[in-house]
Amino acid sequence: MKPAAFDYHAPLTPEAALALLATHGEDGKVLAGGQSLVPTMAFRLARPAVLIDINRIEALNFCRPEGEVLRVGALTRHARFETPVVTGPLGLLLADVVRNIAHTPIRSRGTMCGSLAHADPASEWCCTALTLGATLVAASTAGERLITAGDWFQSIFTTALQPNELLTEVRLPMLGSGWRCGFSEFNRRAGDFALAMAVVALQVEGGVIREARIGLGGVGATPILAAEAAALLVGQSPGEVVWSEAAERAATCFEPTEDINATPEYRRDLVRAVVKRALRKAVAT
Amino acid sequence: MNWTGKRLPRLEDPALLRGEGSYTADIAIGARAVRLVRSPFASGRIISITPPAEMSAGALLVTGRDLAGLGTIRPTLARFNYVAIGQPILPVERVHFVGQAVAAVIADTPERAEDLAEQVMLDIDPEDAVADLDAAMAPGAPVLHPEAPGNVLVEGQLRQSGCDAAFAGAAHVVELGIRSRRQNATPMEGRGGCATFDRATGRVRLTASCQMPHMLRTGIAELLGMPEADLQVVAPDVGGGFGQKMALFPEYPLLVWLARKYRGSFAWIEDRNENLIASAHSRDQRHVIRGAFDADGTLRGLEVDILSNVGAFSCYPVTCGVEPLMAFAEYPGPYKVPAYAARARGITTNTCVMAPYRGVSRPAITFGMERLMDRAAAQLGIDRVALRRRNLVDSFPCRTAMGMTLDDASYIEAMDRAIDAADLPAFRARQAAARVEGRYLGLGFAVFNERTGYGTPAFAARSMGIVPGYEVVDIAMTPLGEIEARIGASPHGQGLRTALAQLIADRLGVTPDAVRIIHGDTDRTPYGWGTFASRGMVIAGGACQIAADKLADRLRVLAARMLQADPAGIVLRDGQAFAGEASMPLAELARLAHQRSDLFGSDVADRRFNLADTASYDPGGTFSNACHLAEVEVDVETGLVRIARYLVVEDAGRLINPMIADGQVHGGVAQGIANALFEEIIYAEDGNILTGSLADYLPPTAAEIPDIEIIHLETISDASITGAKGLGEGGAIGAPAAIGNAISDALAPFGVDITELPATPARIRALLRGREPTP
Repeated sequence: MKPAAFDYHAPLTPEAALALLATHGEDGKVLAGGQSLVPTMAFRLARPAVLIDINRIEALNFCRPEGEVLRVGALTRHARFETPVVTGPLGLLLADVVRNIAHTPIRSRGTMCGSLAHADPASEWCCTALTLGATLVAASTAGERLITAGDWFQSIFTTALQPNELLTEVRLPMLGSGWRCGFSEFNRRAGDFALAMAVVALQVEGGVIREARIGLGGVGATPILAAEAAALLVGQSPGEVVWSEAAERAATCFEPTEDINATPEYRRDLVRAVVKRALRKAVAT
Repeated sequence: MNWTGKRLPRLEDPALLRGEGSYTADIAIGARAVRLVRSPFASGRIISITPPAEMSAGALLVTGRDLAGLGTIRPTLARFNYVAIGQPILPVERVHFVGQAVAAVIADTPERAEDLAEQVMLDIDPEDAVADLDAAMAPGAPVLHPEAPGNVLVEGQLRQSGCDAAFAGAAHVVELGIRSRRQNATPMEGRGGCATFDRATGRVRLTASCQMPHMLRTGIAELLGMPEADLQVVAPDVGGGFGQKMALFPEYPLLVWLARKYRGSFAWIEDRNENLIASAHSRDQRHVIRGAFDADGTLRGLEVDILSNVGAFSCYPVTCGVEPLMAFAEYPGPYKVPAYAARARGITTNTCVMAPYRGVSRPAITFGMERLMDRAAAQLGIDRVALRRRNLVDSFPCRTAMGMTLDDASYIEAMDRAIDAADLPAFRARQAAARVEGRYLGLGFAVFNERTGYGTPAFAARSMGIVPGYEVVDIAMTPLGEIEARIGASPHGQGLRTALAQLIADRLGVTPDAVRIIHGDTDRTPYGWGTFASRGMVIAGGACQIAADKLADRLRVLAARMLQADPAGIVLRDGQAFAGEASMPLAELARLAHQRSDLFGSDVADRRFNLADTASYDPGGTFSNACHLAEVEVDVETGLVRIARYLVVEDAGRLINPMIADGQVHGGVAQGIANALFEEIIYAEDGNILTGSLADYLPPTAAEIPDIEIIHLETISDASITGAKGLGEGGAIGAPAAIGNAISDALAPFGVDITELPATPARIRALLRGREPTP
């Protein structure tokens, strides 16, 4: 469990990092928090020839609201979200979600953008970004591209990011008044990869759900939106009966992954449970 | 001052806590790195092994062909239809499991060795493999070893007269099938060794993370055909073993062979993946249990059929009989069983070798017996405490169905203490209230005994070719009055250095810090067996007590001479020898004994004043006992089990250091919880292993382990000279049964119970799917 040999660069500016990516392309790999990459290298499942360490690029270390969005730079660590970074439902949701990401040492080092670029199917941030409709900023020496979360996640560990691009920032929509969010995940041990998770966002006005989003993670190759389940909620009043209906629909709207931890049938059981629990939490907050 | 019974902080800990411990990997710095190339196939014929195209300068590739002429690791057992099979250090013809070492690459650094190992071309022609019991026992199944055509390596069978009558006349026959999935002991430090050749003497020093340095030395010398005197084995600080590090693994003779052949220093430090796939596994068992009960709940007969998946080879020295034959011999546990029938088989498969792991078969047999008791209680409509009370052994000594003697213990008292502490009526009220809310609480307990501190007679009864047992201690007082005790046993993290120092200190009237326990080095200690089978405190402790008493006698004779008093009247206390009011420091006596022997005239010749002695202890064994009690909540939507309360009432006789005893219980229970709920080594049908990292093999973390309450009882039995019984394994033995019974209690409204370990959330959901609770 020693990594294969690699070259190492630690650029100080985004431009320098992009120039290195332009040069090394497929051979290069960006190192941010390293919480997934480094173990993968130790197992030699990843063997990048060149590591481009972006940790010294101060310009990528930001997290601030700007207009309708929260802009999160590539060096913002998970732990930053443990206390709400903005007032309102978004800050509360991120603070709730982050507590489920691994353990304290990992949260103090790993980054939100790193998780999005790694695209682990069980990543909490990936599920959150998809559910909320985040926008991702991919930069290269040719300029910047904005990519919606819906287009970003392509397959297991595979995103729309090109080998010469750096994910410099993610923009999360600031949820206005009336939005309520909830998160729930299931894992066997504290901090483990979840076997199923749900992020829900509801806009409730006058006791009626006007808009609803339900995202599922850990159940397939990418996070998915349970759109049909969410649609069942629109126009309804919050309550156990509609929660159960939505959870039931969510549990059958996807083709579950099968692995040593869960049969497809069990994953559907878990989705039923986490969707119901996330919905309950959303209206309880 | 009485040190025995004191919660003395461990003398080992300051260095360990400062990060100044010295483990094998610390000692291996500077040695050339050995990386094993391991088989990717569960079964196959080796066609060729091709070295990397570019071997760096000084790099080496070693295969089985280089070791031609060396023997195999082949432990023997003289009974029980045992088929001895040999495991080559590196195979030449066939591979038998995924992870089996087939070649070794040596380079200057571990990184470089791993680079080269990746480039070794293994041409192996894969063959059909059998990974589990059913596949291995199926008619026409592939045969692993031609010596064992049906893949059965060991079999024991017994049917006592009276068994047929007991079942024929039973008011109720309660039957149960249980399954325990495979576990890895997962010590914090993996295996590892560093062998260094000394050019001046021609000797090799092997530093290894092991539990039995003397046995390792003998085994390696024999395998390599080298003089035993040319080999020194050192166990430095060892980061846990739990039985996994008892065995003679092929990697160790390979290291010694390399050191001798290339006259250098060679180190292999196992990584976590190797530990999970290629060290040793355990607990892969299936039992069918039948109990014949009278209408009043009296157990009249017990019949068990035990199958143990022992992996591809037989572990040295205890053999692959260790699990099936322990289950065979000890199934009745603390219960009165007038008629007993048992069959136990060890089945070989294309999986990693089985070796003892904390409790060996007892976690599974306790799970079996205690599930049987709860099922019987339900089936007979008898309270489960009352049913146990009726059947637990209550007069001592008691001879068991298998001819073992149960010494004084507290089976019923321990259960009663646990039940009192649990406050059953209050629990039942909470349980009923929770069920109304759709929450499912359960309470379960497990009563068991644990055979500990057994010496040669017990091991001889197993007919092993190598019979462990006794422990020897050489004790001496130096001229400056310090005490050195050299023990053949080799602790690997248990705190034995502290506890033995406490025992010796009391016998000699000194403080524990004046006592040095020297262990884990075959050059510096007398031949002994090691620490395993809950024996260290009982046997090495007993030997230390006897040795200390002998040294105390010598000090008394000496003091009597100097103080002109009767030796019988000399009292050793506070570092002094007292004769009434008169006294002398022991250090002064020691100096005189060593450096002024002229004072003792002709007595010098017969060495009566020599302050050194030796003692051994070899007891027949003593049974400790416990009752574990667990309260759980089961989330019936997800199958997740949360342990709300965990209580252990433990009776290990006299406690030398109750803090260390508590630590043993805590660690054992944590591993028992792992067995009950979390850990499972999984093989695919083709013999590929699917749990090769700690992302897939799930030891519980601090977050999953509840606070563990402990109540100690101290029944003093004359089977142990110190009064101490072993307790190293008990924590791991009781937890699966207590938790299994607690989950079963919680799920009773659904009409299901737990028969398979670990009771994972997925398994619990599978039991519950399609079922509704009855009110």
